[in-house]
Amino acid sequence: MGYDERNTWAQLLVGVVGFLTYVVIVLGKADGGPLVEVAYQSTMLWVIGLSIAASILLSIAFSIASGERTFRRDQRDKEISAFGTRMGQAWVVIGAVAALAMAMAEWDWFWIANVIFVCFALSAIFEGVAKVVAYRRGLPQW
Amino acid sequence: MTNRIRALRFAHAEMTQAELAERLGVTRQTVIAIEQGRYSPSLEMAFQIARAFGVPLDDVFDYPDGEQS
Repeated sequence: MGYDERNTWAQLLVGVVGFLTYVVIVLGKADGGPLVEVAYQSTMLWVIGLSIAASILLSIAFSIASGERTFRRDQRDKEISAFGTRMGQAWVVIGAVAALAMAMAEWDWFWIANVIFVCFALSAIFEGVAKVVAYRRGLPQW
Repeated sequence: MTNRIRALRFAHAEMTQAELAERLGVTRQTVIAIEQGRYSPSLEMAFQIARAFGVPLDDVFDYPDGEQS
């Protein structure tokens, strides 16, 4: 497994675990009550911060475990990276448009912040899955 | 698109995938992906592969009639 592929796996795993952790903590804080009253801000910031740190540490751990010391990135890695970005980017746009519409409709700030966060997470997860599939099965021919 | 990279490697002093990757300036995983038909290299890389074996492009890659990808 190459350097970029190891990083992709690390980011995907951390993305999924981080997102699920956030959902579980926020739902736990709500404890059946209204979600808009949950103090989600610190949880969100901690999850984002710890996810970045965990992703770096996991990449290092994968490198050590694989025994490969090369950090080469070639044309295939760049093409797969571009493909993954394209697959994930739609969710960023969906999140922005949804947040815009919610702000115009004067929804609670909780929903606006969380729809952006959820779409960022989905973007990262879709990007990661697309890249892993491309590494394992090849890029789609279109 | 099919290729004869594996056969050509063995015909050239059993060149390893790592050695070919080093010559091409790519990762070993990319050489594996090309050999297995999971990745179509750019025209430039295809020429580099052919040059590494000292053969024409047609001797490395085959694009059968009627194939559409």
